[in-house]
Amino acid sequence: MTEQFEPTIIGFTCNWCSYRAADLAGTARIKYPPNLRLIRLMCSGRLDPTFVFKALAGGADGVLITGCHPGECHYLEQNYKALRRFQLLSRVLQGLGVEPGRVKLVWASAAEGARFASEVATFVEEIRALGPLHWGIAPADLPIVSELVPEEVVA
Amino acid sequence: MTSGNGSKPQGGARRDGEPQERIGVYVCHCGTNIAGTVDVQEVAEWAATRLKHRGVVIGRDYKFMCSSLGQELIEKDIRELGLTRVVVAACSPHLHEKTFRTACARAGLNPFLMEMVSIREQVSWVHTDKVAATAKAKAVISGGVERVLHHAPLEPMYVPIHPATMVVGGGIAGIQAALEIADSGSPVYLVEREPSIGGHMAQFDKTFPTLDCSACILTPKMVSVGSHPNITLMTWSEVEKVDGYVGNFTVSVRQKARKVNTDLCTGCGICQEKCPKKVIDDVFEAGLGYRKAIYTPFPQAVPKFPVMDVENCTYYQKGTCKACEKFCPTEAIDFDQQDEVISVQVGNIILATGYDLFDARRVSNYGYGRLANVFTSLEMERLMNAAGPTNGQIVLRDGKTVPKSVGIIHCVGSRDRNFNNYCSVICCMQSLKFAHIVGERTGATVYNFYIDIRAGFKDYDEFYQRVIEEGTLFVRGKVAEVTGEPRIPAEQGKLIIQVEDTLAARQRRIPVDMVILSAGLEPRKDSKETAKLFGISCSANGWYIEKHPKLDPVATMTEGIYIAGCAQGPKDIPASVAQGAAAAARVMGRIQQKEMALEPIRASVIEEKCSGCRICNGLCPYNAISFHEDRMVTEINPALCQGCGTCVAACPAGAIAGTGFSNEQILSQIEGLLLLNLTEQEPVAA
Repeated sequence: MTEQFEPTIIGFTCNWCSYRAADLAGTARIKYPPNLRLIRLMCSGRLDPTFVFKALAGGADGVLITGCHPGECHYLEQNYKALRRFQLLSRVLQGLGVEPGRVKLVWASAAEGARFASEVATFVEEIRALGPLHWGIAPADLPIVSELVPEEVVA
Repeated sequence: MTSGNGSKPQGGARRDGEPQERIGVYVCHCGTNIAGTVDVQEVAEWAATRLKHRGVVIGRDYKFMCSSLGQELIEKDIRELGLTRVVVAACSPHLHEKTFRTACARAGLNPFLMEMVSIREQVSWVHTDKVAATAKAKAVISGGVERVLHHAPLEPMYVPIHPATMVVGGGIAGIQAALEIADSGSPVYLVEREPSIGGHMAQFDKTFPTLDCSACILTPKMVSVGSHPNITLMTWSEVEKVDGYVGNFTVSVRQKARKVNTDLCTGCGICQEKCPKKVIDDVFEAGLGYRKAIYTPFPQAVPKFPVMDVENCTYYQKGTCKACEKFCPTEAIDFDQQDEVISVQVGNIILATGYDLFDARRVSNYGYGRLANVFTSLEMERLMNAAGPTNGQIVLRDGKTVPKSVGIIHCVGSRDRNFNNYCSVICCMQSLKFAHIVGERTGATVYNFYIDIRAGFKDYDEFYQRVIEEGTLFVRGKVAEVTGEPRIPAEQGKLIIQVEDTLAARQRRIPVDMVILSAGLEPRKDSKETAKLFGISCSANGWYIEKHPKLDPVATMTEGIYIAGCAQGPKDIPASVAQGAAAAARVMGRIQQKEMALEPIRASVIEEKCSGCRICNGLCPYNAISFHEDRMVTEINPALCQGCGTCVAACPAGAIAGTGFSNEQILSQIEGLLLLNLTEQEPVAA
């Protein structure tokens, strides 16, 4: 028997729509795979691309970014800013050799618990198909850039 | 990203420079809601041992953490074990964050040093595999522990509550809300889009199940609104812009030009009488009657001032007429009057914007708009109303023939996958009311075509029984078609209703003279735009979403904005009135408090780090960010900042601190979440 690859996925939600969609999926007992671990932000506009790199570097195989539907942002239009950053981020990731499919942006309103659950299930399968990222396993002797930079700056 | 490879010190080691915190982890069973899927005891023990090096000094599980005993458990530990941080793993923070923050505050711990993680909505309720769910619960708690290490004690921001309230929508829900607040002594601005308040209820003839006259019970309330010293009535007006936040909204209202000077108009009605232009009244008379080009929608309108329909007025089209001006005894007609935008300061807003009737034309097989004698429920209300176009005579479209047989079709556009899945709530009772009145006034044979009869409130089922006893015929089945094509001579000149009678298990063709479509309720066509204007959410259909479907039905996610009546979902008059009063009570409570605490989640600029690049300047939708040319730094106005954090994410210098959602908090939470993977229960990347 071949053991199935279980990806680890970090998800970001906004406080107003997509976190409530996740809550609703729970209240309605809609099942989805347990591979997702969520972080609540106030808004998808809060998503600093660093968070995505941190997650992938820390061992996540995929990152799911969620927010209110365009035009429905609690903060009027900040999800559009998230969309812009996401598009830029996708290109940067591609340049780094990471499949752009590992980071996905999904809109879910507070009423879309079922949609949230099915999007998670779909994303888990997509990441499963891509396989493990292995970004987290750095060779022991390879210095980490962020540790190098301050010294150089200081020097 | 110093620990980018995810490995963690496993002993009692603590990374340099990190404070010595004493963390308590509390895992809730929620009865069996969590404990049925997650091994809560193991999780609590795991947190106490495996996260000890991160500062966890105690891990407990308890049947109901939110109970007073559960809260006391936390309070006792804070006092006796000297906890400096608390992590509660239970339901969604949207339910109980406040509960546990308050518990911490009671024990002397700053409430913002508590982090709540969801292992119910996000774990036990959505997963079935117990091993995986338990592992995920551990990871989620680990994330919470890492995050809470970077929490800072915060003090809530207090904002004053402006005593005035705006009610948007002058139907029965809005009227009730406005009157309740005004009676309590606080000022109210009631904004209504139409020329008069009254809403749909003003159009109805009788109300179920008591059959009292709708106008007789509504108009006294309308008059009270019109004459109330605390109510500023703004009809023929629409909200254009909403600025500010709870306690201090600035609302711009467009007062459309009535072309009538309301200071001079006495409401005598001579202008309406003399106006030569007749216009089909699509709004109040549902297209069955006429009004003039200068009009009040109905005689009891509040306010009594007419409005001029510029699109149909002869003067505006041909340049001559001005009959209204000539005959007005007080010279109140003002053809030069322009729209006016009025700015109003309010502390709270109640949205009671109502519903639109489902457009029955969309169910093309029922023939509305194509077959003359197919009527909608709203047309029927006007037809039966003594003040309506036929003076209450129930007649066919020819205006004289009294129907001998009438078919009432329920659930038109409701409980139908092709249109709306939801039940419109009022149509069963409205149909039964029609059955009673039509039978009483015309003696016609009345058929009801229904899927189920839903008569679930006080005295409703009794009314249903009464209508059955009166001899109304009930056919259970969804009507397939209404057609004017006869197959046999007896069907000649009739409307034929083709239906499967599911109780008799056969197809029937029933010829009738008149068909009434009990059309469902839909959200206002512009409900999504309205929701956006006020910063609240809508369901996929367009109904406004309440804060909690059971426990907070009139508040919204946006502080200071409340909802009432059909704008929240289909409901009958008693429920709309109850919601109007409930929303008013909530607002009155706020006004009484005079000020309220806001979440201190705000962005602020660390001036020493700000390079003055101005990248953040264009990102704020609330204009909270401004640039100081003299000091070359950016500043954020905390009163305008809503805490979305977009600028925090954008700052290349890391010079904007996001209180409550700082980079350190989120980056640490990511690290914590990745402590375990699913299958091996080992560090993810070790």
